[in-house]
Amino acid sequence: MDYFIELFFSGLTRGSIYALIALGYTMVYGIIGLINFAHGEIYMIGAFTSFIVATVLSIYGFPLLAIVIIAGIAAVVWSSSYGFTIEKIAYKPLRHAPRLSPLISAIGMSIFLQNYVLLAQTSDFLPFPTLIPDFPFMEPIAHIVGSTDLMILVTTVVVMIALTFVIKFTKIGKAMRATAQDRTMATLVGINVNNVISATFIVGSALAAVGGLLIASHIGQINFYIGFLAGIKAFTAAVLGGIGSIPGAVLGSLILGLTESFATGYVSSDYEDVFAFMLLVLILIFKPSGLLGKATNQKV
Amino acid sequence: MLKLDKVQSGYGNKLAIKNVSLEIGKSEIITLIGANGAGKSTTLMTICGVNPCRSGRILFQGKEIQKMEPDQIVRLGLCQVPEGRHIFPQLTVKENLDMGAFLRNDKENIKKDLEYVYALFPILAERRNQEGGNLSGGEQQMLAMSRALMARPQVLLLDEPSMGLAPLVIKQIFEIIKQINKESNTTIFLVEQNANQALHIADRGYVMENGEITLTGSAKELLANQDIQKAYLGI
Repeated sequence: MDYFIELFFSGLTRGSIYALIALGYTMVYGIIGLINFAHGEIYMIGAFTSFIVATVLSIYGFPLLAIVIIAGIAAVVWSSSYGFTIEKIAYKPLRHAPRLSPLISAIGMSIFLQNYVLLAQTSDFLPFPTLIPDFPFMEPIAHIVGSTDLMILVTTVVVMIALTFVIKFTKIGKAMRATAQDRTMATLVGINVNNVISATFIVGSALAAVGGLLIASHIGQINFYIGFLAGIKAFTAAVLGGIGSIPGAVLGSLILGLTESFATGYVSSDYEDVFAFMLLVLILIFKPSGLLGKATNQKV
Repeated sequence: MLKLDKVQSGYGNKLAIKNVSLEIGKSEIITLIGANGAGKSTTLMTICGVNPCRSGRILFQGKEIQKMEPDQIVRLGLCQVPEGRHIFPQLTVKENLDMGAFLRNDKENIKKDLEYVYALFPILAERRNQEGGNLSGGEQQMLAMSRALMARPQVLLLDEPSMGLAPLVIKQIFEIIKQINKESNTTIFLVEQNANQALHIADRGYVMENGEITLTGSAKELLANQDIQKAYLGI
């Protein structure tokens, strides 16, 4: 039973990280109908930013809590500015181009950012400093649920609640929902759609940066390539839940995380991806628009 | 109030409207009639800044607006109810109305205006917590008009408010349009294929064919015009 619970929590942790990234995919898709393939790289940049800041600060002997907070803020700000800039450079000029063009542009951005970090940093794995200490109160159950797992879960829940609040009740959140549902009409009620799109990229990137910081401190090492696989997995999770749907992205991520965790634990870690993608194929066969996605019946 | 001076606009390398000039005075109801594909909706979208104005000038209260962004134009007081109503399907009726007041910050007056549109269309008050996509066509038209009113427009641009509605509902909608015009002095620019109904409530009208204004006059003159009777009124 302990083993089951352990796998369950490790699945939830994984799922939470996927969810933080998947939300960026799904929000951007909801608003401009684009799969932003460079989003995984934003997450990687978030991890690198927090790595650099945390390493420097720990050399100067800052207390752990201060390091976590400053590194987190730095990662969020830096990643958001990347997300914002990518949209302006690579997607905005293609707003009225055929749908394939921005998609290719996104793949190009992804490759560019990977290689840029490779050149600017290194191709080696870098050891990430331990940011989350082992809490004493977690001692009795530490063999089942680690302190980092707990931190990841708590942070993700807090971030999700904040995001829900922003989208449901704030003006920019309402503008986002309206723009996603009917862009022409959003323009006609006076919403500046360009600002809404920028805001979406900023929020999505900030979430990915939080994910980057958490996973890097969990796994303990990073390199320029981590964004690619995490991005693909999070994208899978977003499609699983129904791309464009925010609760769907979270649900899909948790299901994907749990599947991978149980597959690793009960079968073999070699089969982790096999099970994850098998699940995707199965769900898409029976529910092509994803678990919570709305069926696309376009009115003529 | 609103003046178009030799405005041209189009899609790709085709012009959809050519040299359109028209003028709308304060508190007037002006209608633009014409067949399907004549360029009526393009005219409205060009006024609102959604379609770029390729040449000519659009003046609102003497100020050129043809280069402005759509949200700035809404801020000036020009609001459109587009063809097909464009309700936000997953927002509730109340949230749809809130979106209409997106650019306003005067909470007290927004509340008053909300009461006003609920009084105008009591059915919307009943359905305030339902999703917009679940309303019937007539209710959606009422919601679309109310949403535009929530912006307190000086000029209300209506695109085919009668489209796809039952005759009784059409009658009700047109009565309300007249009422809005009278009660709050809102200038109304009404684009319609249903020429008969439109001309009966309008002060003046313009006729559009293949992207050009071919005829203009008072509503009475147009109703009496034999060509119009043949082409649009089915007499």
